[in-house]
Amino acid sequence: MSFLGLGMILLPVLASPLHADASAAPAPATSTTAAASSAAAATAPTSAAPATGAPATGDAPGEPVSGEGPGAAAPAGPPPEPPSEVTAKDKPGDEGKHVTVRWKISPDDGAGTRSVIGYEVLRGPAAGGPFTATGTKAPAGKTEAVDEVPADGTDYWYAVRAITITGATSDSPAFGPARSTAQWFNPEKTSVAVFTLIFCTAAAIILAMARGGTHFYIRPIGGINAIDEAIGRATEMGKPILFVPGLQEADNVPTLAAFSILSRVAKKAAEYQTRLIVPCYYSMVMIVAREVVKGAYLEAGRPDAFQEKDVFYVTQEQFAYVAAINGIMLREKPATNFYLGAFFAESLMLAETGFMAGSIQIAGTDQPIQIPFFVAACDYTMIGEELYAAAAYLSDDPKQKATLKAQDLGKAVVLALTGAGAMLWAFLPTWAVWFSKMVADGEFLWSRVAGLFGMGS
Amino acid sequence: MKRQIPLVVCFIAGIIFLLQYFTPHPWPTYLAERMLKWTIVIGFFALGLGIISLWITHLPKVMKQAPGWGYNAVSLAGFLGMVVTGLVWGKNPGTPFIWMYNNLMNPITATMFGLLAFFIASAAYRAFRVRSLLATILLVSAVVVMLGRVPIGDYFFDMLVAPLGYHGVLGAAANWLLNYPNVAAKRALNVGIGFGQAAIALKILLGIERSYLGGDK
Repeated sequence: MSFLGLGMILLPVLASPLHADASAAPAPATSTTAAASSAAAATAPTSAAPATGAPATGDAPGEPVSGEGPGAAAPAGPPPEPPSEVTAKDKPGDEGKHVTVRWKISPDDGAGTRSVIGYEVLRGPAAGGPFTATGTKAPAGKTEAVDEVPADGTDYWYAVRAITITGATSDSPAFGPARSTAQWFNPEKTSVAVFTLIFCTAAAIILAMARGGTHFYIRPIGGINAIDEAIGRATEMGKPILFVPGLQEADNVPTLAAFSILSRVAKKAAEYQTRLIVPCYYSMVMIVAREVVKGAYLEAGRPDAFQEKDVFYVTQEQFAYVAAINGIMLREKPATNFYLGAFFAESLMLAETGFMAGSIQIAGTDQPIQIPFFVAACDYTMIGEELYAAAAYLSDDPKQKATLKAQDLGKAVVLALTGAGAMLWAFLPTWAVWFSKMVADGEFLWSRVAGLFGMGS
Repeated sequence: MKRQIPLVVCFIAGIIFLLQYFTPHPWPTYLAERMLKWTIVIGFFALGLGIISLWITHLPKVMKQAPGWGYNAVSLAGFLGMVVTGLVWGKNPGTPFIWMYNNLMNPITATMFGLLAFFIASAAYRAFRVRSLLATILLVSAVVVMLGRVPIGDYFFDMLVAPLGYHGVLGAAANWLLNYPNVAAKRALNVGIGFGQAAIALKILLGIERSYLGGDK
């Protein structure tokens, strides 16, 4: 119903020849108002607010503009009252070339025989026009539209045309100039920026403390502590270690985390002279994994033991990859399997096959849906953030460990904010709404901050 | 120097992508898009190395007729078959490439995916064995969710509790478990994952984590 209704309203607007460009032939349905005011519009005074970003203070007194069809044909019906209080300003927080035009609806909007069914934005290069239809339209009742302009840094003047169902139109007085610019900051991302800044500052402070020799306590994690044990088991059994670095590309964070752990595992494997097999889902992952393993063998003083063929590309087909790895598990019988990175439907197939093959299994993923499968089938599972923390745990570098404390601090802040928000919501509803809006809506926060410093949004 | 240049490149690239996230301005977006195009070029060369790796892995085993060499031969035959038909007849509908994809590749993939049901059954058996209080809670929750999510489970449970005047209890309990404890745990995980990812990104940007370059030193 609503779609049909909207279509019935908009179709005449879209089909109307009023939307033809000014350079086109005279529009037969151009309104009486437009025709009558065409001469006056050429010299119509308009408000001349400063160009960019300055809030418009309302339309200046002036005659309705007309840039189209001065030699108009017969009117299509009684013209409606025009929109008023037109303002135009640069759209904030965008990549440029957009001007937001606002207006006060026509008194005939949605009522009477001259009922307005929509508006169209007109743009001109000067206060006196000529004004041409931009193609930017809005249905009745709307008071805003965003016009895409040809170029940034150019002054434009705007008027808004009201259109009735019969095709009669009337134009508002012009407003301008307005000029679009590209912004360097998106206010909608203020909350993310604030948290990023807090996190980076905390990390920098903790890193400085670590460099100064401060020792940080880190709680033990079972899965990480088991890594050395698992490598030792493979060495004792004389069987290889299988390391699966997930099913995402080398530029994804879980895969990067897997590389960090792979480096430590490979170093231990080199020291214990245990074979390490790394089947890769992406060729790019293979290249990086080879460098990681090669570097680890070099650090361990065993570059000769590095076998390039053991770090190999398998396929980019999900279940073909599973079939290949399951085959390796059943043929090579690795003593230890690592599944670290991003995993999807194949997680349980891999882990169950490894279980059947009798391997000790350590898994870690940031995919919440796959974590229960790994918990059910593996000996140790690093859940979520533990995957990212593992490399720092395994490292002797205090700077690595310092980042863990920054993570903890960030979580504490989130926990405190969540608790505070819940309390406010429960006991102080008005403040809670404001607070939750501030946290959730970066633009809201930015407008408040800008208001504090007397800046317009 | 061999390490410094990649670290500098990584830092600059990271800053550009960071800027591109926070700014709508076209300049950082342009730079980031250019860099993404470079990764496509690099990816092309990496694919070549991947194909070489594939042959180096499988061909010697076929030549030596090592144990299980038949699997290696099938892998190489599959690769060659798809490449040759794709190059000769193209990839339009009706070509041998698409025929093989639809009639060989897809059924094999679907079969592998179908095996997941059996893996789930065996894993669920182990996971739901009542060995401790936590395992018992898990079992009870799982039964409630599984039965509460299907109409027949709710129907039979309603028959049991109908004399007490209750209806739809099992479905409501399943929904409560999914919407409250489950969502709370997932959100906690996601917060931790978010901070973990930020920490990794920061370590890589600042050059603290450099294992991806092949070692820490």
